[in-house]
Amino acid sequence: MSFPIEAILFVFLLITAVVIARLRDLFAAAMLTGIFTLLSAGLFTLMDAVDVAFTEAAVGAGVSTVLMLGALSLSARTEKPQPIKILPLIVVIATGSMLVLSTLDMPHYGDPNAVIHKYLAPQYIEGAQAKFGLPNIVTVVLASYRGYDTLGETAVIFTAAVGVLLLLAGGFPSRKEDQE
Amino acid sequence: MNLAHLRMRDKIILRVVARAFIPFILLFGLYVQFHGDYGPGGGFQAGVIFAAGFMLYGIIFGLESLLRVMPWSVVERGLALGLLIYGCVGVENMLMQGYFLDYSMLDEADPKHGLHLGILIVELGVGLTVTMAMLAIFYSFSGRRRK
Repeated sequence: MSFPIEAILFVFLLITAVVIARLRDLFAAAMLTGIFTLLSAGLFTLMDAVDVAFTEAAVGAGVSTVLMLGALSLSARTEKPQPIKILPLIVVIATGSMLVLSTLDMPHYGDPNAVIHKYLAPQYIEGAQAKFGLPNIVTVVLASYRGYDTLGETAVIFTAAVGVLLLLAGGFPSRKEDQE
Repeated sequence: MNLAHLRMRDKIILRVVARAFIPFILLFGLYVQFHGDYGPGGGFQAGVIFAAGFMLYGIIFGLESLLRVMPWSVVERGLALGLLIYGCVGVENMLMQGYFLDYSMLDEADPKHGLHLGILIVELGVGLTVTMAMLAIFYSFSGRRRK
């Protein structure tokens, strides 16, 4: 039974989130997001979502920490203390409690009779073995059954990179040298 | 990132450890890329890991050294090429009287092999675009100087 391990990970996740929100030292906060990612990746692994855990670890701990540090070197190292504002606090608490309330309607974790497991999923699981003969169902679903979606996702990543380049390319060193 | 200010390349431990680790990071990226059909992973994860290896090199040895290894023109072209590979696999299958992105016509004698081949090439395209997108964002972030 793995429930206690998941509970401990969730408690650590909560503590890390609160500490990140309260820290004034932005460098420490950026490092703590790496810990947050590690804990989430552990949780995903316990839920047998290895591919998601893999992505979380690679993107969250690897690339986004580097980008956070890059952003930090352009801004101040510590956050200025700000007074607690009442209206945003109320909005956050209201949204949070609505989200928690809505989870009560969700099917139980791992429930085989949940609606999402009744439609298409059995077809994919059988097809991945019979039609493709590949053990990793996630790859088969992503690349073939949902090939259009993945093409769209790749286009989104491409567009995002082009957008960032258009916004930030003015600071790129080789371009600067060309201009000088 | 103000790399000159950090003076990372003067730190011998970082330099030696990074030099030892980078080949393994890249090798692991390739493993995740090509073993994605059988184990966890795939193009997206592989692309991020591959880019992280280059980013580590850039952080330790400076952006100028990274630009010599992975020039800007390669990043720019690779970014578009990955997406183009993905789309072309779909169109190629259409040219062989199949459906767009169905892959089974890629090998007329053995549809199963065609499906495997299609997934492999498509994942390669995803991996290429993701690697180059991450590097492009890293380049444009670290190229900026504090005003």
